[in-house]
Amino acid sequence: MTTPTTDTARPTTGSQRPAEGRVRGPGAAFPFGSNALLGIAGSACFLLLWEIAPRTGAVSATYLPPASEVLTTLGERLLVAGFWVAVGDTLAGWGLGLAIAFTAAVTLGFVVGSVPALRTFTASTVEFLRPIPSVALIPLAILLYGTDIRSTLLLVVYASFWQIYIQVLYGVADVDPVADQTARSYGLGRLARIRYVVWPSALPYVLTGVRLGAAVALILAVTAQLTIGSPGLGQEIAVAQSGGATALVYALIVATGAIGVLVNVGVRALERRVLHWHTSVRGEIAA
Amino acid sequence: MLDVNGVQKIYRGKDREVEAVRDLTFRLEEGELACLVGPSGCGKTTLLKCIAGLLKPTSGSVEVAGKAVTGPPRDMSVVFQEYGRSLFSWLTVQGNVELPLKEKKLSKERRRTLVTEALEAVGLADSARSYPWQLSGGMQQRVAIARAIAYEPRVLLMDEPFAAVDAQTRADLEDLIRGLWQRFSMTVLFITHDIDEAVYLGQRVLVLSSSPTVVQDDVAVDLPAERDQLTTRSDQRFTELRARVYSEIQNAKNGQAASAPAAT
Ligand SMILES: Nc1ncnc2c1ncn2[C@@H]1O[C@H](COP(=O)(O)OP(=O)(O)OP(=O)(O)O)[C@@H](O)[C@H]1O
Ligand SMILES: [Mg+2]
Repeated sequence: MTTPTTDTARPTTGSQRPAEGRVRGPGAAFPFGSNALLGIAGSACFLLLWEIAPRTGAVSATYLPPASEVLTTLGERLLVAGFWVAVGDTLAGWGLGLAIAFTAAVTLGFVVGSVPALRTFTASTVEFLRPIPSVALIPLAILLYGTDIRSTLLLVVYASFWQIYIQVLYGVADVDPVADQTARSYGLGRLARIRYVVWPSALPYVLTGVRLGAAVALILAVTAQLTIGSPGLGQEIAVAQSGGATALVYALIVATGAIGVLVNVGVRALERRVLHWHTSVRGEIAA
Repeated sequence: MLDVNGVQKIYRGKDREVEAVRDLTFRLEEGELACLVGPSGCGKTTLLKCIAGLLKPTSGSVEVAGKAVTGPPRDMSVVFQEYGRSLFSWLTVQGNVELPLKEKKLSKERRRTLVTEALEAVGLADSARSYPWQLSGGMQQRVAIARAIAYEPRVLLMDEPFAAVDAQTRADLEDLIRGLWQRFSMTVLFITHDIDEAVYLGQRVLVLSSSPTVVQDDVAVDLPAERDQLTTRSDQRFTELRARVYSEIQNAKNGQAASAPAAT
C-alpha cells in the first residue's frame, strides 16, 4: 500500500510509535536523572559558546549578538504587551489550524480507513497531494485571503492535516483481528466496534499524528506570518529584521523555539495521560 | 442445542486453496460438556469460528438452539485461543467484562451484579480495577472466562484456553471450568489438543482427524461427575479412555500417512 519513498508517512514505525503497539515507544529515551543533568550541562555549554564567540570576535557581533544580550532583549520584550499579542496571534493560528486539521483528518481517516475500496481509490491522490510543501501554497493563500489570519490557517491546516490523516489511516488498519473478532462475537455492531475497539487501537497513532502535526503547524504559522505578513511572531521577526534590530530578531527566534518546546512537552504529556494503558507509556513505569 | 451439519471450510487465497475442514457433523445436547481434540492445524479454530458466526462455512450449516447461524449468535460466548489479544488493554478488568453487557442493553445495576458475580466465580473480585496487562497469564485467562460467563450464554465455546499456562494453573482452570459449567448449566464445547485434558473435562470427546478433517471418533466419557485432579487421573477408566482417544488420533494420522503416498 505504501510506496518505498514514503518513510515519513509512517513515523509510527521505528522509534516513534510501535507499529504493533508492543515495542517501547516515545519518551523512553528521555528518562530523568543523570541524563537530565547531562542535558542541562549541554545547554549551558551551548550558551557559553554563544556568549564567547561574538565577544572574542570569532563571529561578528553584528550578525550574532552574544547570548546575554539576546536574552536581555527577550526579557525586555516579555514586558511589552505587543509581544504577547503576537504570541497570542501565533498560538491562535496554530491552535485553530491544528483543531481544524485534526477534526477533518480524524473524520476522513476513519471513514476512508474503514472502507478498503475507498482507501485504495483515494491512495494515489493522497500520495500526490501529501508531498506538496505547504509553503508552495503561499501565493494561493495571498491571492485568496491577503494578510488575513485565514492565510495562516490555510497553510497550517494543509500541512498538519496530512500528518494526522496518514497516522489515522495506519491506526485504523492496525486493529488486532482477535480484538475485532472478540467484539463481533459479543454482538458489538459496526459503530460500537469503532467506538470501543477501533478508536482506542488507533489512538496511539492519532496522538503521534497530533504531535507531528502540532510541530509542523507551528512552523507553518510562523512561516506564514514571516512571508505573508499576517499578524504574529513571524511578522514581528520580519519587522525587527527590516529595522536592523539583530538582537530582537534573535530574541523572537528564541521565543518561537520556546513555544515549540512547550508544544512538544504538552503533547507528550497528553500522550502519557491518554495512553496510560499503552505499552509505549506503561513500559516506563512498570518495566 | 448445537448442530453442526456437514461443515466444510475452504480458505481461498490468491492462487492457493486450503481445505481447513472437510466434512464435520455432530450435535451437542443442551447442557452437555464436550471436548474436541485434534492435531495442530486440523481446523479446530476454523470450526469454532464457523460455529461462532465469524466465518461462513463453504458448505454445510450450523444451528444453535434450532436457529441457523448467520452471524454471531446472541446467546453464545467465545473464549479465544489468544486471550492476551482478546482482552482490551485500554479497559480495566471490570470494563472488559462489562462491555458486552452494555451492548446487550442491560441496566446498570444488572450489569454490576453480573460483573461482580462473574469475577467472584473466577476468583478475581479483587482485580476488578486492574488492567489486564497488570495480571499474570492465568489471571488474564480467567478474565476472559469471566467475560464469557457474565454474558450469560447458553453455549460457551473455548479454543485451547489453557495452552499457554503452566501445569498447576492449568489444573486449577480445568476445575474452574467444570465448576462453572455445573453452576451455570451451559452447553460447552471445549477445544484442546491435550488428550488428558479432554478426557478429564468432558462428558464426551470428539476426535478430529488430521487434514482433510472429519470426525474420527466420538467417545463417551463414563467417569463420575465429581472429578478430582488426583483420583480421576489415576482412575483405571481414565487411563483406558485416554488410551482409546490416543489410538484414534494415531489411527487418523496413520490413515493419512497410508493414503498419502498413493495420492502422489
Ligand atoms: N485465514 C486463513 N487463511 C488461509 N488459511 C487458513 C486461515 N486460517 C487457518 N488456515 C489454515 O487452515 C488450517 C486449519 O487452521 P486452524 O487454525 O483452524 O487449525 P487449529 O486446529 O486451530 O490449529 P492449532 O491447534 O494449532 O490452533 C491450517 O492449515 C491453516 O493454515
Ligand atoms: Mg487453533
